[in-house]
Amino acid sequence: MRAVRPTAPRAGAVPDVVTPAAGAPRPAAKASQPRSALFRSTAFRLTLLYMGVFAIFATFALGYVAWNARNLIEDQIRQTIDAEITGLSEQFRQGGIRRLVNVIEQRARGPGASLYLVTTPFGERLAGNVEQVPVGLLDRAGESEIPFSRNGEDQPSARPAVAIVRVYLLPAGFRVLVGRDASERDRLRAIVRRAGGWSLGVVLVLGVLGGFVIARRILKRVDAMSATTVSIMSSDLKDRLPLAGNGDELDRLAGNLNTMLDRITVLMGGIRQVSDTIAHDLKTPLTRLRNRAEEALRPNATQEDMRRALEGVTDDADNLIRVFNALLMIARLEAGQAREVMAPFDASAAAQGVAELYEALAEEAGASLTCAITPDISAFGSRELVGQALSNMIDNALKYGRPADGSAPMITLGLAREGGNVVFSVRDHGPGIPPDQHGRALERFGRLDASRSQPGFGLGLSLVRAVAQIHEGTLELKDNAPGLAVVLTIPAARAQGEPDDRTAR
Amino acid sequence: MRLLIIEDDSDSATYLVKAFREEGHVADHAADGLTGYAMAEGGGYDVLVVDRMLPRMDGLSLIRSLRAQNDTTPVLILSALGQVDDRVKGLRAGGDDYLPKPYAFSELLARVEVLSRRRAAAASAEPTHYKVADLELDRLTRKVTRAGEDIVLQPREFRLLEYLMRNAGQVVTRTMLLENVWDYHFDPQTNVIDVHVSRLRAKLDKGQAVPLLQTVRGAGYSLRVEGR
Repeated sequence: MRAVRPTAPRAGAVPDVVTPAAGAPRPAAKASQPRSALFRSTAFRLTLLYMGVFAIFATFALGYVAWNARNLIEDQIRQTIDAEITGLSEQFRQGGIRRLVNVIEQRARGPGASLYLVTTPFGERLAGNVEQVPVGLLDRAGESEIPFSRNGEDQPSARPAVAIVRVYLLPAGFRVLVGRDASERDRLRAIVRRAGGWSLGVVLVLGVLGGFVIARRILKRVDAMSATTVSIMSSDLKDRLPLAGNGDELDRLAGNLNTMLDRITVLMGGIRQVSDTIAHDLKTPLTRLRNRAEEALRPNATQEDMRRALEGVTDDADNLIRVFNALLMIARLEAGQAREVMAPFDASAAAQGVAELYEALAEEAGASLTCAITPDISAFGSRELVGQALSNMIDNALKYGRPADGSAPMITLGLAREGGNVVFSVRDHGPGIPPDQHGRALERFGRLDASRSQPGFGLGLSLVRAVAQIHEGTLELKDNAPGLAVVLTIPAARAQGEPDDRTAR
Repeated sequence: MRLLIIEDDSDSATYLVKAFREEGHVADHAADGLTGYAMAEGGGYDVLVVDRMLPRMDGLSLIRSLRAQNDTTPVLILSALGQVDDRVKGLRAGGDDYLPKPYAFSELLARVEVLSRRRAAAASAEPTHYKVADLELDRLTRKVTRAGEDIVLQPREFRLLEYLMRNAGQVVTRTMLLENVWDYHFDPQTNVIDVHVSRLRAKLDKGQAVPLLQTVRGAGYSLRVEGR
């Protein structure tokens, strides 16, 4: 709800409500924060979080690629070994062990050759380019990984090469070992590890930088906003947060904060106005009360004088109590209390009762009160509160509803059902209230200047409005052409069969 | 009439005790709920005046406990929380009447007297016929006569007179009339009740030598022959 700012009756320049940037003092002092503040800052924590997430994803992606590549290489090695074994067993089948040994000796000499070893069933070496194998390796068929060195080759590095080998048993008990150097695979592993290290480092650095820059950018605005808020709070709530104008989350936040500030200003203005009015409007009757008491204390006052003065004092005090009761009641209604007395009630009878109560008074005042009440309407709410509201509405009409030409006031109390609502109305043919003053007429102590001469404190209609609010209904002032129509709308009682519980609200 | 005032604020309790005694009643005082309960249980009181917020046992629990023991002593609840919902809660707990603070002593006195009278009257069946001096009201035929002459009343006027006659000799306040005749508990902002009473008075006392419907200054009305 965007409320209208009350025109503060204050001398001097009234600054524009939404002052973009210009009015907001910049927080220069806040820029040099102590070091430890950095580690506690959201920026730092966000950066760490970004970085952690980045690193985890990078490691995962790289690891996945490496694992796949390794599998691919191992598969290739195995296929090669399979093909060789197939070929060698074919040679053995065709030419026996002699031919196999020949073929192996031939193949083992080639550049980049595989690893070969043929032994007797007892493990004596027949041919091949493998110097040593672990004990017992040849006893069983199957695949394994062994360190190896080729015949006639020096060990160039301290680290022994690793090969994937497969042992195959030939029909006569001869054993064939075929293997391939797996260093290609290990080289890849090393490359990946190095790449992983580097990229992780890069990710860390980039993450720190990027996260920090991004977080700073956002949080700088948040910091600026919070600093501006502090300065707004310490001043008189006149300044507003600057808007970047791009409509992002922070802009919306700033906008909402500004709206909240507007609302607070309006409410504070309302409170100030009410307390001003209370002080002002109650001063008069209190002064009168005091004067009467003083009158009774005059040295030459007779018994009768004193009695009359004290009676006047009692009346004045009663009136003041009445005002405070009304104020309290409005406050409690606005706070949403009294909800639990809500129940379906006969609105027609309630309206009729209030009309009956006021008919005599209206007649006495030379007015006429007529009813236009539809029978058998039930409403949901508090009969008591609605009764009071109607009585205030009629009271108001009796006070202010006298036509300008001085003829007898004609007041109509109406009740009708409109859809799911029950509509009470009190219409008069008095001078009415100009539309631009309708809001003012509903405020506490909101008496229009024209009515200042009449008795009353201007609480009547604000109480009616509070009653409307607690019923989740509305109170409207309308032009009765001529005159004023005060229309109170509250929900109707629900159809039969529904429980008349109070908890349903 | 014997009264027990259960009220923790000593200033107002002292004031009440003094004021009731000046009116010729016997008034005792209890400063907290438990003491009050013990004293009320001892019995012998015509009316209890109970503050709602009390130390050691709050007013509503006190009333509930009494009622649970079939103690029917009339209770008037005094409360600073004078609003619709509180009234309903108070009466639901078993209170007979409810008066929000701040109140006028005359209002409290009138209500307490009516409560104690009502208790005495409850023993016998409600009469169908009321008579005050030469004014008579028959609840069955709904006929009202003064010195033998018929008086024609509107239904609401009849109820107003019925209430006044039932409490003849007592002071009834404007709010009591609004509560019992119109069944509304709010404080009328204007002299609405006065207008109804003066109309009724015009019908009753017109052309009569002795006025019956009296205005009690600062308190309300009373139906009686002037001078008690």
